[in-house]
Amino acid sequence: MKLSNGKRLERLHDRYLNGDLSRRTFLTLTAAAAAAAGLDMPWMRQALAAVEEVRFDGWGGTVQDAIDKYAFKPYTAKTKIKVVQGTFGDEDEIITKIKTAKPGDYQVIHSSGVNYYIKYVNAGLTSEINEANIPNMVNVLQPMIDPFRKLTPKLSAVPYDYGTTGIAYNTKVISPEEAKEKGAALLLDKKYAGKVGGYNDMTTRVWYAALATGQDPNNLKDMDAIWAKVRETRDLAKKFWSSGAELMDLLSKGEIVVTDAWSGRVAALQDQGLPIGYLDPAGSYAWMEDMLILKGSPMAECEELINFMLEPATSIAVAEGQSYPPSLDPTKVKLTEKIEKLPAFDKTGTMKSLTFADPVYWATNEDAWAKQWNRISKGA
Amino acid sequence: MERRWTLYDPRLAWMLVAPVLLLLIFFLVLPIAVMAAYTFFTFVTAGVETSALTTANWHEFLTDSYYHGFLLKTLRVGAMTALLCGVLGYFPAYFIWATTFKHKWLLLLLLIVPFWISFTIRTFSWINILGEQGVINVALLKLGIINEPLPMLYNEGAVILGLLHFLLPYMILNVYVSLEGIDRTLISAARSMGCTSAQAFREVTLPLSLPGLAAGLLLCFVLAAGSYVTPQLLGSGRDALFGNLIYDTIMGELNWPMGATLSIVLFVVLGFFAAIYTRYMGMSQIVKGLAG
Repeated sequence: MKLSNGKRLERLHDRYLNGDLSRRTFLTLTAAAAAAAGLDMPWMRQALAAVEEVRFDGWGGTVQDAIDKYAFKPYTAKTKIKVVQGTFGDEDEIITKIKTAKPGDYQVIHSSGVNYYIKYVNAGLTSEINEANIPNMVNVLQPMIDPFRKLTPKLSAVPYDYGTTGIAYNTKVISPEEAKEKGAALLLDKKYAGKVGGYNDMTTRVWYAALATGQDPNNLKDMDAIWAKVRETRDLAKKFWSSGAELMDLLSKGEIVVTDAWSGRVAALQDQGLPIGYLDPAGSYAWMEDMLILKGSPMAECEELINFMLEPATSIAVAEGQSYPPSLDPTKVKLTEKIEKLPAFDKTGTMKSLTFADPVYWATNEDAWAKQWNRISKGA
Repeated sequence: MERRWTLYDPRLAWMLVAPVLLLLIFFLVLPIAVMAAYTFFTFVTAGVETSALTTANWHEFLTDSYYHGFLLKTLRVGAMTALLCGVLGYFPAYFIWATTFKHKWLLLLLLIVPFWISFTIRTFSWINILGEQGVINVALLKLGIINEPLPMLYNEGAVILGLLHFLLPYMILNVYVSLEGIDRTLISAARSMGCTSAQAFREVTLPLSLPGLAAGLLLCFVLAAGSYVTPQLLGSGRDALFGNLIYDTIMGELNWPMGATLSIVLFVVLGFFAAIYTRYMGMSQIVKGLAG
């Protein structure tokens, strides 16, 4: 079958939207073809216009404030490309929005690591990054990149930071000694009934139930015992929080005295001088976050932005601001003392001291467990 | 002979109503139809569904008591909220109607002042009032009336309070409009025939204002039963309503077909109540109330 020039250009356009071609290559080929054939495709005027902004969606609060201050503002000053920002409290929420939008409406997502990466892959929302455009990836921890590459050999995301969901407690009510002694069991301590909190998230709930029942979170054998523990925490809990802002509000107002919590948000509360302690119990839930470029985004500009964000000076400033260690390999890049003191920081660069969720194992069980957790959280 | 346009020409009526009709078709009927079609789609995994038709979602809804329990609970909370709105809203409406205060418009303005502030912010404000470090608990603790903060937040009471705060102005406006429609000479006639003030209220004012009260009850019931934000912010997981179930299914489980099924169920159930009302009370009362 012989293809018309128009059809060829349509296909070229599709490849560009899929991320198979860089914007530069796409424009060069289109312009050359158009010049040769005298064609004018409907998207050409729009595509030939310089990209003036990139869309970014993140977790809001102190985390996004730090990214904005130390990465986006300097990036805009340098390139004149504006970073338009949105926020979400829960990543499933943004996936829903992306599904209902057209490709390119949402572009870069501050995503929750491989557990969520697999959801974007399944929904066909990922792009293919040209790693040559992100030379700073050479400094990114290889153990953080590998799980992504296992899912898609051509990456759509670049790891950016990591942290843990440990135990936060009010030091006016719970002493550090008691917290250390009880660890994750604090979430099940009847003494604090009605003052317990927790993240309204299936993975966190099941993970901590696994620790409470002595099971390996990446190979659960007795789900009945898990759900029993989840119910136990639910009955002691005052509120399961749904965003970092709500977590900080509940802890700072004294509504709850113990909860599982994101290390960076707790560090932010500690910086404000609030009496909040934090500990990572054995097997604490570790996670990583990445900058994910969605299908249909202006790839070259997004790659340039991510490369800028990975500049050691930028990445370190963001890490200090958001209180989460960066994805930079500490054996390659000299990090600051402040970062080395952050919870979850792994100075070896091997990440072996942290327990991450096995993405394939959790993705296999995600649908059934999420449904069960939603029911239990509502009293079932 | 050329046909001329007349004032009540049906063609003119259709032309005037056409823009709204088109808006309703494209932004109400069509989305609901798409949603209804989605209920027959097949859920594959989080965020992925296919258009292979199935009745599995409806089967799950019809056979799973978890959903029925939440539906009944939602109707109960909606009914309780509407009744409380009726009881608490009638008296302010009566007062505004009966007062001889020269600047009555000011009282009506006060009713709509809350609408100038975002609904979410108004709901959040209750956290600072009912919370452990909220105004009430801090005041009671400082006065030595209580030793421990009262658990007033994250329970069904807080949810109903938040809904009352949101819906009370709708009720008051409905009742007020109904009262305004009463011919005051009827009350004077009742008084002149020997009725006391209380008897005149019971025999004349109250019965004549009932349509407004009923319209307010329906409006408050439908809005309360369809609410999502208030239970999310002021309640615990156990205080979730059907709207929260829909949100969690669509946004949390990324299961659009089941979420669509639950949405259609809520739409049909609330529509059923509205239809019953229209049959017995007449929809014009709601229109009058909203126009308040």
